[in-house]
Amino acid sequence: MTSSPFFRQPNDMLPERAPPVAMSGIIGWLRANLFSGWLNTGLTLFALYALWLIIPGLLNWAFFDADFAGTDRFACTGTGACWAWFDQRIDQFLYGFYPDEQTWRVNLALFLILPALAPILFDKMPGAKQLRWFSLAFPFVATFLLIGGFGLEEVPTNKFGGFMLNVTVGLAGIVLSLPIGIVLALGRRSKMPIVRTLSVAFIEVFRGVPLITLLFVAAILLPIFLPSSFSLDLVVRVIVVVTAFASAYMAEVIRGGLQAIPRGQYEAAQALGLGYWRMMGLIILPQALKISIPGIVNTFIGLFKDTTLVIVIGLFDVLNIGRTMISNPDWLGLAVETQVFISLFFFVVCFSMSRYSVYLEQRLDTSKH
Amino acid sequence: MANSRQESGFQIRRIWSDERARSALFQILVVLGLALLVAFFVANTMANLQARGMEPGFGFLQDPAFFEINQNLIEYASTSTFGRALVVGLLNTLLVSAAGIISATVIGFLAGVFRLSNNWLVGRLIGVYVEFTRNVPVLLQIIFWWSILTGLPKVADSLSIGNSLFLNNRGVRMPAPILENGFGWVALAFLLGVFASYLVGRWARRRHMATGQPFPMLWVGLGLVVLPPLLLFVALGQPLDWDIPEKTRFNFRGGFNITPELVALWWALTTYTGAFISEIVRAGILSVSKGQSEAAHALGLRPGLTMRKIIIPQAMRVIIPPLTSQYLNLTKNSSLAIAIGYQDLVSIGNTVLNQSGQAIEVVGIWMVVYLSLSLGTSAFMNWYNSHIALVER
Repeated sequence: MTSSPFFRQPNDMLPERAPPVAMSGIIGWLRANLFSGWLNTGLTLFALYALWLIIPGLLNWAFFDADFAGTDRFACTGTGACWAWFDQRIDQFLYGFYPDEQTWRVNLALFLILPALAPILFDKMPGAKQLRWFSLAFPFVATFLLIGGFGLEEVPTNKFGGFMLNVTVGLAGIVLSLPIGIVLALGRRSKMPIVRTLSVAFIEVFRGVPLITLLFVAAILLPIFLPSSFSLDLVVRVIVVVTAFASAYMAEVIRGGLQAIPRGQYEAAQALGLGYWRMMGLIILPQALKISIPGIVNTFIGLFKDTTLVIVIGLFDVLNIGRTMISNPDWLGLAVETQVFISLFFFVVCFSMSRYSVYLEQRLDTSKH
Repeated sequence: MANSRQESGFQIRRIWSDERARSALFQILVVLGLALLVAFFVANTMANLQARGMEPGFGFLQDPAFFEINQNLIEYASTSTFGRALVVGLLNTLLVSAAGIISATVIGFLAGVFRLSNNWLVGRLIGVYVEFTRNVPVLLQIIFWWSILTGLPKVADSLSIGNSLFLNNRGVRMPAPILENGFGWVALAFLLGVFASYLVGRWARRRHMATGQPFPMLWVGLGLVVLPPLLLFVALGQPLDWDIPEKTRFNFRGGFNITPELVALWWALTTYTGAFISEIVRAGILSVSKGQSEAAHALGLRPGLTMRKIIIPQAMRVIIPPLTSQYLNLTKNSSLAIAIGYQDLVSIGNTVLNQSGQAIEVVGIWMVVYLSLSLGTSAFMNWYNSHIALVER
C-alpha cells in the first residue's frame, strides 16, 4: 500500500472562521479601549462615575429645572438656571450701546468678513484674485460702516460694546499688526545692527509685559504723551496698544516662517538679480506667510480672548455688560448664567478657528505624505 | 565748475549703490526719526505734567500709603510706604505664580499623558477639558471661579471636609502647622539630604558613564531625602503640631484662611495653563518617533524603562521651550487678579497710582518688574535647554 502525502486541494480549503466574539465588534472594542487591564478598567469606572455625578446635575440645572421666560429674575421660580434675561438683554450683549436702529451696520460688517476672508483661506476658490481687492478694502469698508460719516449717521466709539467691541478690537488688532509684524520680523533678521537691536527691543518689551499694563498705558499714559489739543477716543487708544502688543507676537510667528524657508530660495532670488525688497516681496514672504497662517490664526485666537481685558479700564465689552447686568436689581446674582453664555460664545468662535488652524497645519505638513 | 558738479553727482550715486553706505544712511535716518519721536513725547509729557502741576520722580515711594492690604507675606500696615505696598504686591504676584506654575505643570503632564492613554473614555474626557479651557478667555474663567467661591455658604454654614478644612464665602480655612522646638533640625536634615543625593547622583552618573554599571539612584536618593529627617522627626518627639480651626458661633478660632480671590486666581490659572501644557506634553511625546520605542523594546527594555530612558529625555527637548513661554504667560496672566481684587503688583500699583497720581512711574515699575521676570526666566530656561540639548557630532 503506497501512502501518498496529504495535501489540500485549493477548492476544499477550510472556510475562514469568525474571530472570537470577545475580540471583535462592540465587545472587542470595549475590551481594547476601555477594559484592557486593571488600571484601565479602574480609570474607566472612575470616569463613568464622574460623568454620572456631573452630567445629570448639569442638564437639570441648564435645561430641565431652568426658567426661560420672564421680565426679571423674580419670574424664575425653578431650582435651575434663569435664562429669562437672554430674551431681554441679548441686544446689549451683542451690540453694547450701539443705537438700535443702526445695528444692521454691525451685522453687515460682520457678514462682509466672509467674502473678505474667503480668498485668503481658500486660495483655490474661483474668482479669488478679484475678491482679494475686496479683502484689501474690507478694513476701510468696515470702519466706515461702524463709525459712519459720509451720509451715514455717525456713531461715537464710546457707544461700542458687547461682543461687537471684542470683535472690533480683535480684528483691528490683527489686521493692523500683520504689516507691522512683517516689518519687525524682517528687522529682527536684518544685517543692520541698529535696526536689528530696535526690532528685538520692541518685540521683547511688548512680549515681556502683560497686556493689562499696556491697557493702562492706553487709558492713562497716552493722553499724557500726546499734545493736550489732540485727543483720541479710548477705543482707538486701546486698538493702538493692542496692535503694538499683537505685532510683537506676530513678528515672532513670521520670523518662524522666515526661518523655515531654505537658504537656496534666498540665493536663487539673489542669483536672479532681485534686490532685497523684491526678493522678500516676490519670493520669500509669500512662502513664509503661507506657512505662518496657522501661527497667525493662533495669535488671533489669543488676541481675541485677550480683548476681554478691556473691562479693567472700564470699556463695556461683553464681560462688562454681563457684570453690569447682574448688578441690576432685576437680574441680581445671575453671574454663572451670564458667564456660561459668554464662555460658550468664545468657545464656539475660538474652537472653530483652532480647528481650522489644525487642518491647515496638517495640509501644510508635507512630511507625512 | 560744471565738471565738479558732475563729479559730486556721480559720487552721490556711488554712495547710493554701495550697500554698506546705504544701510548706514538708513540706520541714521531710523535713529533720527526715533529721537524726534521720543523728543515729541517727552516735550508733550513735560507740558502736560506741568499743566496738571505734577512732579515726576520716585520720591512718592517714601510717602505713607494709607490703605489696607488683606494678604501680606511681609509685615505691612496702612502707615507703611507706597514702596513697601508695591513690594507686598510683588510678593503676592510671585506667590500665586509659583503656586500656579507647580500645579499647572502637574495637571498638564498628567492630562497630556492620560490623553494619550489607550483608554478611549479618559482620552475623550481630557480632550473636552483641554479644548474647553483653552478656548475660553482666562479672565472669564477667573471671574467664574471667583463667583462660585464667593457664592459658597456663609461662615456659619461652612462646608467642612473631615472637620478640619472648611469652605465658605470668605475662602478656605485650613489647619495651620505649628513648628515646635527642634523642627529646624528636621528641615536642616532634609536640605542636607537633598544636597547629599545631588552629590551621589553626580558620582553615580559619572560611574555609569565610565564603567556602565547602573546605580539604584531613585531609591538611594529617596532614602537620603526622606529617611534622616523622618528619623530625626521621631527622635525629637514629633516637633510639629497642627492648629485645627474650630467653629465658633460667628467665625473660626485657629487655623489660617486663604482668601477666595487667591484660590480662584490660582485655580483658574492652573486649569487654563494646565490645558496648554498638556498639549505641549502630548506633542512632545508624539514627536519621538515610533522607531525609538521599537528599538528600545528590541533591546529588551521594559515599557517603564523605555518611557524613562528613551522617550521622556527626547520629548523634553521639544517640551522645554514652549513650556517656558507657558510659565511666563501664567506669570503675566496673574496680573488679571485686578478684576477680582486679589492684591497683586498690578492691583496694588493701581491703588498707588490713583492715590499718588504718579502714573508714569507706576506703569514704569510694572513694566520693569514683568520684563525682568520674563527675561530672567527665559535666560534660565535657555541655559537649561542648552544643558539638555542634543549634542551633535
